[in-house]
Amino acid sequence: MLLGPALALSAILFSLGVAGVLLRRNAIVLFMCIELMLNAVNLSFVALAQLHGASGHIMVFFVMTVAAAEAAVGLAIIIGIFRHKQSVDLGNINLLRG
Amino acid sequence: MTEVVFYIFATIAVLSAALCILQRSPMVSALWLISTMFCLAAIYVLLNAQFIAAIQVLVYAGAIMVLFLFVIMLLNLSHAEPDMRGPSSMAAALVIVGLLSVELLALTRYTPRRLAGELSQWPTFTDPATAFVAGQVTQQETAARGVVGALAGPLFQVYLIPFEITSVLLLAAIVGAVVLAKRNV
Repeated sequence: MLLGPALALSAILFSLGVAGVLLRRNAIVLFMCIELMLNAVNLSFVALAQLHGASGHIMVFFVMTVAAAEAAVGLAIIIGIFRHKQSVDLGNINLLRG
Repeated sequence: MTEVVFYIFATIAVLSAALCILQRSPMVSALWLISTMFCLAAIYVLLNAQFIAAIQVLVYAGAIMVLFLFVIMLLNLSHAEPDMRGPSSMAAALVIVGLLSVELLALTRYTPRRLAGELSQWPTFTDPATAFVAGQVTQQETAARGVVGALAGPLFQVYLIPFEITSVLLLAAIVGAVVLAKRNV
């Protein structure tokens, strides 16, 4: 059945994604860590779908759609920021800091 | 046998994810993330989600990560300077991540037998075997109609309205990306 190990792997991957978001300052790497977290959640959906039916699989579809939309819009924003600042380092992006 | 394959792919996935967040160059990070996604696709096959595995390779490793690689190459970030945060924020981040992983690893204590036992404490509940009817129904559907058919049924019947709303979301994302990426915003 592999339910417990799959949930453990999902937990480890999600924690690694959070670690990446907290440790890195490169905006693109940060986005990739968010994708890693979405993947970890997908894994737990698929693992639990073994017991609870196809709804988990369908939720994975919707998560993937949202991830694609988020990547497209987010990368467009990063390109816009790079045009203004010549950098994607989050330490340089402090326009909203008072 | 399945367990051995699962643990091999799980180890590769965790190592690739760790290398993804530790590599200095965004390009190398992206390639390690693609490796993680391929391992996850293999694990989906082991978990009886063959169609999701195909979609994972096509959409995630194929489309989304290619978008990332395009942007990295477009902005010429392959030789970026080190961007790790300082020691104090690193310590805080490690504490937060440690707490979070302990909380999430508590999920692994979830077992069907335990949940069924807790469900059977309910007054209206009769038989623990009926707690997971949905999973068995899905298995029968898969046997009868194939992997894609078992997913297409609920997707276009029960989840039809969310499916249609998803198309509106994608349209909004396309328009938003085009507007944001244009010059002179």
